[in-house]
This record gives sequence, C-alpha cells and structure tokens, in this order.
Amino acid sequence: MPAPKSEVLQGTLDLLVLKTLDSMGPMHGFGIALRIQQVSEDLLQLNQGTLYPALLRHEQRGWITSKWGTSENNRRAKYYSLTRAGRKQLEEEAESWGRMSTMINRVLRTS
Amino acid sequence: MLEFVQVFLRRLASLFRRRGLEDDLDEELRSHLEMAVELHVRKGMAPEDARSEARRSFGGVEQTKEAYRDQRGLPMIETMLQDLRFGLRMLRRSPGFSVLAILCLTLGIGANAAVFSWIEGILFRPYPAVAHQESLVAVGGTSRDEPQGTSLSWPDFLDLQRSCTLCETLFVSKITGTTLSIGDRAERTTGSIVSANYFDAIGVPPMLGRGFLPGEDQGQSAHPVAVISYQLWRGRFRGDPQIIGKTERLDGAVHTIVGVAPEGFYGTFVGWRMNFWVPVSMEDTFEGGGYKLEDRGARWIESYARLKPGVTQQQAQQEFAAISQRLEATYPATNRGRGVRLWPLWQTPFNNAATLLPTLETMLVVVVCVLLIACANVGNLLLVRSFARRHEMSVRLAIGAGTARLWRQLLTEGLVLSLFGAAGGLLAAYWCRHALVLLFPARGGVQMYLPGELDWRVLALSATVCLVTTLLMGLVPALQTSKIDLASSMKMEAAGVVGGRGRAWVRSGLVLVQVSLSFILLVGTGLLMQSLLTIRSTSPGFNARGVQYTGIDLVSVGYTPARAQNFQDELLERVRSLPGVESAAFSRMVPLSYVSSATAPIVVDGYTPPLEESPTVDYNEVGPGYFVTLGIPLVSGREFTRADDEKVALVAMVNETMAQRYWQGRNPLGQRLQLKGSWLQVVGVAKDSKYSSVREKPTPFFFIALRQNNLRGGVLNIRTPLAPQTMAAALAREVRALDPDIAPYELITLQEQLERSTSPQMVAVTLVGVLGGLALLLAAVGLYGVMSYAVSQSTRELGLRMALGADASNLLRLVMSRGLALTAGGVLLGAAVALALTRLLGNLLYKVSPRDPLAFGSALAVMTIASLAACFLPAWRATRTDPARALRD
Repeated sequence: MPAPKSEVLQGTLDLLVLKTLDSMGPMHGFGIALRIQQVSEDLLQLNQGTLYPALLRHEQRGWITSKWGTSENNRRAKYYSLTRAGRKQLEEEAESWGRMSTMINRVLRTS
Repeated sequence: MLEFVQVFLRRLASLFRRRGLEDDLDEELRSHLEMAVELHVRKGMAPEDARSEARRSFGGVEQTKEAYRDQRGLPMIETMLQDLRFGLRMLRRSPGFSVLAILCLTLGIGANAAVFSWIEGILFRPYPAVAHQESLVAVGGTSRDEPQGTSLSWPDFLDLQRSCTLCETLFVSKITGTTLSIGDRAERTTGSIVSANYFDAIGVPPMLGRGFLPGEDQGQSAHPVAVISYQLWRGRFRGDPQIIGKTERLDGAVHTIVGVAPEGFYGTFVGWRMNFWVPVSMEDTFEGGGYKLEDRGARWIESYARLKPGVTQQQAQQEFAAISQRLEATYPATNRGRGVRLWPLWQTPFNNAATLLPTLETMLVVVVCVLLIACANVGNLLLVRSFARRHEMSVRLAIGAGTARLWRQLLTEGLVLSLFGAAGGLLAAYWCRHALVLLFPARGGVQMYLPGELDWRVLALSATVCLVTTLLMGLVPALQTSKIDLASSMKMEAAGVVGGRGRAWVRSGLVLVQVSLSFILLVGTGLLMQSLLTIRSTSPGFNARGVQYTGIDLVSVGYTPARAQNFQDELLERVRSLPGVESAAFSRMVPLSYVSSATAPIVVDGYTPPLEESPTVDYNEVGPGYFVTLGIPLVSGREFTRADDEKVALVAMVNETMAQRYWQGRNPLGQRLQLKGSWLQVVGVAKDSKYSSVREKPTPFFFIALRQNNLRGGVLNIRTPLAPQTMAAALAREVRALDPDIAPYELITLQEQLERSTSPQMVAVTLVGVLGGLALLLAAVGLYGVMSYAVSQSTRELGLRMALGADASNLLRLVMSRGLALTAGGVLLGAAVALALTRLLGNLLYKVSPRDPLAFGSALAVMTIASLAACFLPAWRATRTDPARALRD
C-alpha cells in the first residue's frame, strides 16, 4: 500500500498526461513532458523518466495506444494517442478532481 | 475485474517478447534524450551542458528502465522463473544426484498417488457413472449372531422403503450369476438382482430401451425382463441396434431384453463388473432356496439408500433403528433380535469393499512411510550438496542476498525436484491404476474389477503431497544456510569429530527417522507374514489336496428336474469309474466360494430358544459321497446315500458346533429339525470345517440331501491324484458323451480355492514386504551415507587417535558403535510408533497379536544386520586411516 501522498501525486500525473493528449492530439513522451512543464509554467518539478512507466500503465489499461512515427525533426519516436476509454477515464478523473478541490477549498475557507 | 484480467494478460504476454520490448524501450528513451539535447542546443547551450541538463531533468535512466520493466512484466513470476531456471541448471550440473533424488521422489509420490487412486476408485467412488455417490449408504441387517452385518428380507426392505423419511430412495442390488454359452464354451458372468427403481435411484438411464417399470419387482417369476451391460451388448450381441425385445436365456429362464446400460457403467458391486440386471421378482430363478419375496425370515437382500441432502448417516441410522424396533414388535417370530444398520459405501459389508478396506488402509500407512523415508533421503542428499555449496551460499549472502531470497531459491530447487518426482509418480500411478487386480487371481474364469480413479481429488491430494514434500526437503538445507557464519565459512572448513554433534545432528536425525520408519514396516511385514502362515497352516476341516471341482449348468440348457437328476446320476457313475478317480460327489456349492451359503430360520425339536433369539443357520445341499470326497470326518452316524431321495423321509446332517448349540450334550442322531415347514431327521454329525472364510470361528452349519431337493445345477467335486488338465479332458469327454450340448466350466482345485481365500493377506504381505524392503534399503543407504561422511570429515581425529595408540579394532568399534547407537535410537522410536500403529492391521491379522514379540524381534534382527552391513564399510575405511597423512594435511 503506497503512502497516500504519492497516490495523489500519481493520480495528478495520470490526469495531466491524459489531458495533454486530449488537447494536443497524438504526442511522443518528450513532447508530453515539455507540454506539462510549459503549461504549469515550470512550477511542477517533474522527473521526465517517471512519465514512461505511467504511459505504459495507461496503455495496459487501454486508455491510450502507441505507434512508432517520425518527429518534426525526422527522428523516430513513439507517439501516444487517447482512446475512447481514455477519454472517458479523463472525464471521470477530471470530475473527481474538481469535486475534490472544491471540497478542499471549502474546508480551507470555513476553518 | 475485466480490466484487471486485461492488464494481467498484457503483462503476461510481454514476458514472451521481452527482447523486442527491451529494444523499443531503449530506442524510446534514447530519442527522448536526443530531442531534449537538441532543444537545449537550439536555445544556445553548449552541447556538453545540454547533455547533462537533459539527463538531469530526465532523472535516472536505469531506474526508469527498472521501474518500466516492473510495470511491463510480472516481477514475481519473473523472479520465480529465474529461480526455476537456476534450479534446473543446478540439477543438470549434478545428474547423478538429480536422478537419484527424482527416483526416490517418484517412488514416494507415485506410491501415494496409486494408493489414493485405488482408495478413490474402489472405496469412495466405486461406481462409475452413478450420480452423487457421496449421498449413498449401504443398508443391511444385524442380528445377535452377526452384529457385523447380514442381509435383509424383501418384506423388511419394503417396510423400510415405505417408512423412511430421511432417504430420497432405497434400492436393492444383490449379486448373482448366470452361465452364458459362447460358442462351445460355457462362461460364468455376473449380474445383479435389483428393485424396479434401480436405474432411477442411481441416476443411470439405460442407453437403449428402458429400465424396470414399477411393479416389475413383484410376483413369483412374473417379469422375466433384463437390462444388459454395454460390454455384453457389444460382445455377445455384436452391438445389435434391434436388441430391445430379443430374448436371452438367463439361468434357464427366457428373459426379454428391455434395455442396454450405458458405456462405462459397471453396476454397483465393488470387485466385479455386472453384465445384466433382472428385477427382484426373478429371484427364485437365480437364488437357491425357493421363492422368498413373501418370506420375512429369508434374508438375502443387499440394499443401498440415498440420503436426502443434509441428512447425516447418524440421523438416518436413528430412524432405521426406530423402524426396525417397530418391525421386531410386529413380527417377533422372524425379527426378534434383528436390527437395521447403515454403512458408508467404503465399509459396505456385502461386497469386496469390506475385504479391501484394511488392506488399503495398511497400504496408505505404508506409502506415507515410504514417502517420508524418500523425503529424508532426498533431504540428506540435498544437505550433502548444501555443504558443497556452502561457499556459493556464503558468497551470495556476502554480496547482499537476503536470507529470504536464499530460502526461496532453495525451496524452488526442492520444488523442481518434487515436480519431476510428481510427474514421474503420477505417470507410474496412471500405469498402476488397474494393477491391484493383478494381485487377485481370476475366480471361476471371471477376473475381478478393481479400477483406480485418477480424478481431480486424487490429483489435488497428490499436488498437496508434492508441496509438503518440497517443504520437508527444502527446509533441511534452508535451515542449514540460515546458520551460515560468514566469517568462518569463507575460510577453510573446520575438521569434524566422529562423535561430534554440531551440524551432523540434522543428518543423524534424518537417518533416525528413516530407521524408525523402516522398522515399523518390518514389524508390519513380520506380523502379516505370520498371520498368513498361521492361516495357511490352519486346517480348514476338509482335505483340499487332491480335490478338484467344476460346475455343470443344467438349468441354462433347459433340463427338467427329472432329466437333470438322471444326467447327474449317469455322469457320476462315469466319473467314478474313470481311472485315477477315488471318489466324486455333487453339492450345491464348494466351501469358501464367493456364492453365499443358503441360510434359513430353523426350529429344533426339544430346543427352546431364548426370547431374543430366532435360530438361523447356514446350510449346503450335498449328494452321496460328499464327505468322503472332501475328506470331512464324521463324528457319528452316516452320510447321505443314493437311497436318500424324494421317496423316503427327509434327512439332514449337522456339524459338531450345531449339535452342541442345539442339542446341548444329547445325541442329535434321530432327532428332528424343521426347515421351511418340513421336518428333517438328523442322520449324521460331521466334524466342523470352514464354510465361507478360513478365518471364521466354528459356526453351526447343516447339510441336506441334494437328491431330496431337486437341484439341477451344482458343483461336481472329484477326488483324484490326476493333474487338472488330464482330469478336465476326461471329464469333458464324459459330459459330451452324455449330451453334446453341455460343456463343463473350468476345473479348479480346492487347494487353489483355499489359497485364493487368503488373497487379502497375500496382497498385504506382498505390498508391505516389497515396500518394506525398499524402505530398509533406503534407510541402510542413508545410514551408510552419514557414517561415511562422518568418517571422511574426521580423518584428523582418527589419525590422532591412531598416533596415540588406538589400533584398528578400537577405531572399528568407535565407528560401529556410533552407527549402532543411531540404529538403536531409530528402533526404539519405531517400536514405540509401531505399538500404536499395528492395531490398524485389524482383521488382516489372524491369531497374531499386534504386539507379537516374534515379529518385533525379527524386525530388530533384520534392522541390526542391515545397519551392521551399512556401517561396516565406513568403519573399515576408518581403520585404514594413515595417521601420518591425516595429521599432516
């Protein structure tokens, strides 16, 4: 049983990956890492390597698929894209994230 | 759940294309890093800085790969596969050890699986194709004389069937036989007399035609219909699809075939395959003793009940006891002192389950002993090897392997061994599943049927045995490694001492166990051997040597009683005048055959039975010259003659026990007894002999004259010194001369019959003896191994002793005494366990106490000799120690 803190972090990473793929379309791992860092304005310290086991986990669950392709600089790279199950998962996770943050905000305000 | 399965399958699949996936991973990460470097360079970093910046923001590449791999595959399984591969490699590296260990385990696990399969197929689920055998129980009667179980009468059975509320159904299945002539040879085949509900009750619908209709089990010979077995249909009727409605002569009566039982159904009798089924109403065609359906005193019904779900045997037993008490009160004349009893199927008293139960129980104990001995042996081998691998283990510990990881690897190695052993063992058990029957000779041309059953229960049990074996064996070296002292074991091994304790105690302990287990088996062998010898040397009361018998079936060929009588008289004349024939006589049955004697309630003139007794005695129908032919001496009076026929007054002969019990000191000659309503006069008293079993106690028994009972079949007994083949040829000639349509059965010597009746003992002696011998060998090898090892480890001490003046005989004594001390310990332990265990042999023992000193003494002698032999070589080697070299090295 992992500690609750890392669970939240992992869940966050999942959400970020799925959301990135949803808004940007098929991307390779480096692109995803870059995008997450840009969007969070470099506030999120991400070990880019941890992305890969997460991507694999998503793929095993059928949320994303992968395909070898060629990057804009003519480099071979593996492209990940969201499946229908992944989109559904994203909706669910975004919703539960929203609920969670609303709740936490409420708690912080009232006490 | 579905997602979990999907993920699991994907991860499992990845194990099989690891190499390709690994390349993919490398390429993906490389391309990530290169893209990062490119980006940084484009932003104006120096290539060197760009590279380290890319690496920094990526994190550890190797850690990432490791985490990725764990996510990709199934780490648990992968470690296990790795251990397995390593285990296999270790086994391949020492083939001698591996073969020996696997052979030991094959023997141990195979013997267990075979005995499990026999117990399953013969005792627990004996009737293939029958539904829900676990809810079946055997139903029989008890009486004051036979508390161990006897049959029921048909009216009693019907009352049970009517009043029982805890049973779903009760049905009858009583073994019988008939002759089928196939070509020019007569063959005996077995079948069952059953109640009309039989096929419904067991849940086996016939494959063709129908079962019996309600009401077909009523009336005297009213419903000559039969269901035949699949084998009979294929064999005798060549699979005729139009078989239904055709007729077949069974025991003289023409039966209409109404059904064919499905393939793989062999009836409900442990030990024999049933080939036909007839309703109870045909009973007087097949059974001796006339029409019995309305006779509450005639007990011949063997039946089974199917309990309702959730009903225990005890509850049903209570209800049956209440019903039988009611019957006792209503019908005191026939039911006084009688009860009804239930048995689980595996204790069924009226088939071979009862005879085989103690044999199989004994064998179970024996094979467990053999397995333990095999485990101890393999444990010993592993231990020796673990000493050799001490260095490897120490290095592994030193470079950081946890003890748990080492244990896991050692257990995996044990598992590999026992998996091989289990595979070999199951194969062996599969080959042996029908082997039990080989130990029982065919009777009257019919081979017994004792199938083993390797179903999932047996497999599960064998798997458990395999796991336990692994634990037992793997634990030994594992315990040893946990005590490895890194510092000292990386250095040279310290020299041992012959009498030293230290780590030798594990091996000595194992040898102790082996010695005690094989001592137990030796004691068992001794006890069984002794009872077999006792039985063999017990006089059966008749002189079996030189007596041969055969059956001649006149019923099947449709002889009338008068014609049969004529035929028998003429045949007897012809046989008696054959050269070499001393005497000959007909009888209804021979002693000790599987056909049960006729039994009937009797009334004895001048004997008032106590209130709770209704005298019932077994009897045989015999012709003139029977007692001379079988060599049964007469105490007084005469035996039957040709003059004792239907024209004169009915006569009977009694045995000594019967004379004592019912005439109590008075001379029974000239007195009367009543059988089935007619009075018979006692004309002779014969000495007691054995009637249904060699091991029976003296029982009352009487004889009635065959010629006064119009028996058409029967057995021809011949006393002759001629060989059976010669006699058989001569007999066949005489029979054919009288009627070319008749063929006698196979000629069997009475001696053979006598020996057959001891076959459970014979089987037990053979099996326990063979396995006990193997166990002794294993234990001796174990003892030898321990002593040789001890001697080889203590050359320094031995050399020192020699240098200090000990001579060869001192050293011999030193080593031998240590070996014998181990043996003595094992024997003491074994004797203690044996005293508790030998009672299990139960009725396999005949006139031998389970604590018989002779058996224990001879086991001790054999064990001592074996251990002397095992210790001698190491001891002799000890005396050859060269003190100079031993001290120098």
